[in-house]
Amino acid sequence: MRQLTKGNVAVMKGAVLAGCRAYYGYPITPASEIAEAAALYLPQVGGTFLQAESEVASINMVYGASSAGVRVMTASSGPGLSLMQEGISYLAAAELPCVVVDVVRGGPGLGNIAPEQSDYFAIVKGGGHGCYRNLVVAPASVQEMADLTMLAFELADRYRNPALVLTDGFIGQMMEPLELHPHIAQAPEKSWAVKGTPETRPNAVTSIHLEPDTLEAHVRKLEAKYKEAEKVEARSETYCAEDADVLLVGYGIVSRVLRSTVDQLRERGVRAGLFRPVTLYPFPSRALLQEAKKARVVQVVEMSTGMMVEDVRLAIEGRVPVEFYGRVGGNVPSAEEVREHVMQLVAAPVA
Amino acid sequence: MSDYQVTHSKSQVFYDVFERKAELKHQTHYCPGCGHGVAHKLVAEAIADMGLQDKTIFVSPVGCSVFAYYYFDTGNVQAAHGRTPAVATGLKRACPESMVVAYQGDGDLAAIGTAEILHAANRGEKISVFFINNAIYGMTGGQMAPTTLVGQTSTTSPFGRWPGNEGYPLHVCELLATLEAPVYIERVALCDNKNTMKARKAVRKALELQKNGAGFTFVEILSPCPTIWKMDPLDARRWIEEKMLPVFPLGVFRDRPAPQMKESPVPHHTFVEALELDTKDGDTHERAQTSKQAGRSLTLKMAGFGGQGVLLLGQIVAEMGMREGLEVSWLPSYGPEMRSGSAHCHVCLAQERIGSPLISHPDVLIAMNEISLRKFAPQVKSGGLILYNRSELPEGFEMPQARVVCVPASDLADQLGMAKVANVIMLGALMAENDLLTEESAMSVVQSTLGAKAKSASVLEMNRKALQAGREFMQKAATPVQN
Repeated sequence: MRQLTKGNVAVMKGAVLAGCRAYYGYPITPASEIAEAAALYLPQVGGTFLQAESEVASINMVYGASSAGVRVMTASSGPGLSLMQEGISYLAAAELPCVVVDVVRGGPGLGNIAPEQSDYFAIVKGGGHGCYRNLVVAPASVQEMADLTMLAFELADRYRNPALVLTDGFIGQMMEPLELHPHIAQAPEKSWAVKGTPETRPNAVTSIHLEPDTLEAHVRKLEAKYKEAEKVEARSETYCAEDADVLLVGYGIVSRVLRSTVDQLRERGVRAGLFRPVTLYPFPSRALLQEAKKARVVQVVEMSTGMMVEDVRLAIEGRVPVEFYGRVGGNVPSAEEVREHVMQLVAAPVA
Repeated sequence: MSDYQVTHSKSQVFYDVFERKAELKHQTHYCPGCGHGVAHKLVAEAIADMGLQDKTIFVSPVGCSVFAYYYFDTGNVQAAHGRTPAVATGLKRACPESMVVAYQGDGDLAAIGTAEILHAANRGEKISVFFINNAIYGMTGGQMAPTTLVGQTSTTSPFGRWPGNEGYPLHVCELLATLEAPVYIERVALCDNKNTMKARKAVRKALELQKNGAGFTFVEILSPCPTIWKMDPLDARRWIEEKMLPVFPLGVFRDRPAPQMKESPVPHHTFVEALELDTKDGDTHERAQTSKQAGRSLTLKMAGFGGQGVLLLGQIVAEMGMREGLEVSWLPSYGPEMRSGSAHCHVCLAQERIGSPLISHPDVLIAMNEISLRKFAPQVKSGGLILYNRSELPEGFEMPQARVVCVPASDLADQLGMAKVANVIMLGALMAENDLLTEESAMSVVQSTLGAKAKSASVLEMNRKALQAGREFMQKAATPVQN
């Protein structure tokens, strides 16, 4: 049965079904509905919701709960994520799984509360210190807010690493039909957890390795996990890409806009297609290159001054021209606006 | 290789060897005369004597005791600088049966972690915090601590702490004792044997209280740091007595049961109930389209002042579309919570998967005020429809590309005696103009949207009348103003 549901609420419904039983967070627009839903749902099913004194405290409470083996999450928006970055680095270093949702708003600084995609570097490249990566999924609909949150919990446990849900104010605030299967996922047994029991007494969770050789070995171990994830976890979606001369690339809300742009361009005789990364780390480089090789030009659209475009360029290795179109400040590009941009691009003589 | 005989006995809660110092595995990494060794011993012996070794989770801070997990043969978690009480909170909430020991120094607890300790105490987290106050940063090499005494020199207060620049030493016990929740707060000192025995008692009391689930327990331990203080161990102990005690008086600051409170108001439900997955409201229709809707879609923009029910109207239309088996999206303008700002939303109803939920050129605009009409009317698709919430158009308003119908919904709502239903009147007007939305779903959606308010028969009746009023207005009176 489908229910008209807000994106932020869908995150929490998905989380509960994923077996999440603890949420520690701090309110911020446009992410607060996630905390509100957590406060409503989790205590009723025997879980924990706590509004922390700050995002710094939130992520460290997540660290504690994750150390105990609980499926745990937090959510915030840009400024809050900046405060959590230290903690996320510690979680990755200590190999603690958790889910963190970033409902991105306009930045930098206090910016505004309208949607942007300007946290890409901070989240996908890992805004905290040290050699670690976040596993990152990017929902583009309310249904995916639930589905990809569930996937994030799976990935987090599979790799013992933070998994980030990178979304934006529009996906968080909009309502669409949501269909969920009433089934609770089973979290894997975590023999490394510290639970205050005889069996777990020998366990220690830490991120400090003073000896250079020891730390290097540890960082190499993390690196090996990321390499493995890069092999098998990249996910993407295409629309009309098969015969596309112009391949549009965008994630999240922008991929929705570009889907409409593709339709409008095709009505005008331009063979356009869409490539949409579903995971941002690992970035679906191989799949993108495959699609891009068939196109004459790749047009990246982001609600930033150009962040994901760097990963696109790395994936395409200069084989096809890569154009960039970005809007910022909380402005979401319209399908028509992108269409006109592409029409001009197509009409322009080749240099 | 060490070839000396170990003659002392060690608590079973300590590991046999301390791997931190590989070459001398019976030694600790703490300096001679350091208070941490004594404090560790007091905690370890208490855990052992109380039979709590298997239940204990020891949370180490950042500071000289960062490696406490090399000593304590318990569950161990090492936390980021200052965050020990937050980490301990996550652990204790996840494992309420465990014993969570948070161990922090003065920089960790009283500077960078001030917020975490204050709020953990205020929530009454059922943990025991042991706070080692030696008035200096040890691990980083002798910088000023929040508890550094006035006049005391450090590498970052080379001329002595001067309150005019650095403020006064922070009194954490006194601060926490202003809170309701903590059950036990005491300050002790490792300055002589008598006081060390008092510290031993305090540590045991804190753990005993936690074991009984009493609440937040806190022991501040004034502790010597001979290396940084540049004293021999005996002088360091004397310095505590002479210099620290006058500033940090010893004693019990709190010893009382947790405040009485009502039972938790949270009801317990299954996840299906909690997530409202079993609700009757929702898309119960088959996805298969009726022939009437084949290939049809509708895009709408609703706009007005906050409080006019514009966003709710959009939700109702989206919900109706969904119950008709269509794909739908509802995208609001969102902003700081306030009334009488402007609000608008985009609604898409379509048979296919919806691309952009952001509509540049809607089929229909419902403008609840003049600002919205002027702002959004030019965007309406050629041949589209505008419903305007007034009996006539503003002077000089030209709208060649779309049909405008003045539906004075607010006036009609006032006539019905319920100003709030203006949006439902607009819904009635919209339904008269478009058969994508059917009668049968309208009232049930309105009813479920109203939630608890729908229990009042009069409220429901009022909405029914509003829907009818909108429809009838369109049927009877609406003549196109233009085109």
